[in-house]
Amino acid sequence: MAATDPVLKPDFGAKRTHFILTDEHEQLRESVRSFATKELAPHAEQWEETTFPDSVFRRMGALGFLGLDKPEQYGGQGGDYYSALVLAEEIVHSGSGGLAMGVAVHTDMAMPPILAFGTEEQKQEWVVPAIAGEKILCLGITEPDAGSDVAGIKTRAVRDGDDYVINGSKTYITNGHRADVIVLVTKTDPDAGYDGFTLFLVPMDAPGVVREARLRKLGMHASDTALLAFQDVRVPASAVLGQVGKGFYHIMWELQGERLIGAAGCVAGAQHCFDRTLQYALERTAFGRQIGRFQAIRHKFAEMATKIETARQMVYTTAWRFKNGEYPVREISMAKLYASRIAVEVADECIQIHGGAGYMKEYGVERVWRDMRLNRIGAGTDEIMLDVIGRSYGL
Amino acid sequence: MHPSPFTDEHDDLRAAVRRFVETELRPNVREWEDARWFPDAVFHRAAELGFLGLKYPEEYGGQGGDHLHDAVWTEELARCGSGGVAAGLGAHTGIATPPIWKFGTEDQKRRYLAPAVAGERIAALAITEPDAGSDVAAIRARATRVDGGWTVRGAKTYITNGVRASFLVTAVKTTGEGGHHGLSFLLVDTDQPGVSASPLEKMGWHAGDTALIALDDAFVPEENLLGRENEGFALIMANFQWERLMMALGAVGAMQDAYDRTVAYVKRRNAFGRPLSGFQALRHKLVDLATTIHAGRCTTHDALARFVAGENAIREVTMAKLLTQRSAFEVIDACLQLHGGAGYMEEHEIERMARDARLGSIGGGTDEIMREILGKVLDL
Repeated sequence: MAATDPVLKPDFGAKRTHFILTDEHEQLRESVRSFATKELAPHAEQWEETTFPDSVFRRMGALGFLGLDKPEQYGGQGGDYYSALVLAEEIVHSGSGGLAMGVAVHTDMAMPPILAFGTEEQKQEWVVPAIAGEKILCLGITEPDAGSDVAGIKTRAVRDGDDYVINGSKTYITNGHRADVIVLVTKTDPDAGYDGFTLFLVPMDAPGVVREARLRKLGMHASDTALLAFQDVRVPASAVLGQVGKGFYHIMWELQGERLIGAAGCVAGAQHCFDRTLQYALERTAFGRQIGRFQAIRHKFAEMATKIETARQMVYTTAWRFKNGEYPVREISMAKLYASRIAVEVADECIQIHGGAGYMKEYGVERVWRDMRLNRIGAGTDEIMLDVIGRSYGL
Repeated sequence: MHPSPFTDEHDDLRAAVRRFVETELRPNVREWEDARWFPDAVFHRAAELGFLGLKYPEEYGGQGGDHLHDAVWTEELARCGSGGVAAGLGAHTGIATPPIWKFGTEDQKRRYLAPAVAGERIAALAITEPDAGSDVAAIRARATRVDGGWTVRGAKTYITNGVRASFLVTAVKTTGEGGHHGLSFLLVDTDQPGVSASPLEKMGWHAGDTALIALDDAFVPEENLLGRENEGFALIMANFQWERLMMALGAVGAMQDAYDRTVAYVKRRNAFGRPLSGFQALRHKLVDLATTIHAGRCTTHDALARFVAGENAIREVTMAKLLTQRSAFEVIDACLQLHGGAGYMEEHEIERMARDARLGSIGGGTDEIMREILGKVLDL
């Protein structure tokens, strides 16, 4: 035992594996990282201009990365929830926040509700090809006049014989331009409050689905973000996902998994940015020494590292609860709030440490901030997280 | 009564600049941001209106005003919605031409200052190098004596107006000695084969022109030495106070603009059955922002008043720069957050303002350098 050693010295270079993760997870980590580094990162710059190609889905499908935690009967790997977490962490090595988001929307936002609430036919029709990367999924919640206020959505689905007719619009839809199908949140009974929502699986090539503007944004340039219109879109009753009238609860459940995965991505993204900046601070000299050896800069790194470690522990502990059958909405909200905040703070501090270089595109640090900044808005803003947490105490 | 250094005589100028910004800049900035460039014609037009020579004597085409007039120009320019446009014009009037006015010979003023005031020649100040940023004394660009002047070799980077400039006001080594010694200021004409510039892509300031400049045996005639040989370090330092004051004024203008737009947005946007401004947490957030802006404005105007009164205001100017640059980014970032998803979209322009503001804590001396200066000033 170390405690009996006469001279006890910390080994800062030792490999650190969190106790929730097994060797198998670490092997998966290696293979995702290797894929992201070799096959994605070299194109990240170019994809900022063009958005990443659909072939990334097919390639990831072929490698089994799109169904890591999904059942084997649908082509998944049958792994546990942690394997999805590992993917979210390692995909940051692509250097493309937009790509990571496009993939996460597919695997961790749109796919889980189909698996959880869908019929066998729906799973065969959409999940199987989605896991293979042959079909791409998106999720439609937000509307131009309903963001944080999910219950304020106006998209209507009206029963008409054996069909439903859908009218409305959705915005900020990731994968909206490339998707084959959308998990669409609609209102089927405007008088039923939270019990008046229904989810639909709407094929994006259905008549009346209009892919409008490609939205330009602060970051996540590699992802496609759509404004969509639904004009008298007719779908059969078999397109209902889950129970009629239970859509709000279905989507609130979906958001929990999404938020935790998002938080894991934030931690990994912050760590990646930290590592690169540490390298820079050891290479760049000013006033005759490495800038990292100035106390003020050293302390910046110490602050960042402490924030990242705290966020990581929150995410892992919450993931453990989630995996073990709890529905830890409060803790997930805390992890999402904290991880996205610190990721943005870390990216900002990394820009500062890079000085003028940090402001230049060439070094890629400013892009991390632009990409990360979305996390404090998407999947529930900071303010919504604070509200969820506050209300969880009966306030 | 707000202790503003401005008097009634500045009101007309303010109204004129505001009109120019609102009618001739603001409507075009989106296009210029996309083009990664704003036209030289903007300089010509600003010159026509007299804005490029507010503080310079009439004999060089200026308006014969003082730094307060330039301060009005700077504050109002910040509301054009594009940091790159404001920086391009501001670099010309505020950092590149002042050394000529202050240290130039009569001949230099006629050949460089007067055409700059007229908008005919665009100026860039070139100090930073790839390996010398905060550490100005590490400059390596080297001027070698030749018949009739010097030839200069080296690289300058992050140079505002660097691609379009017709001349560079640049600091180079004129002796082999290290450190602060042996730096000289030279006026380098860019229309010669020894000078080449390439544009740099940045987080913000997209409409602005930021260059990496290669000096490859660029010739500088004897008469283009600005100030005294080997005493250039003092020239670099001389204008820092004004540059930093300008940045503080610009930051205050920009954050006020972002705040005003955000207040309009939160009153217009509804969620959960009421306008966003009906939520206590958001209201309190806005109150904090207004308070931060007020603190920044007071600190800046105090420093400005001292500066124009001729005081050594290094402490107040440095504090104003440090406070306002960070504040501007934080305030505008909070405004972005208050816009929610819309804040992340280009359409609402608030994300652009945040990207533009981020440069403030880096350019003109980083926050860390401001703290180093203050550590010395405060005798720590």
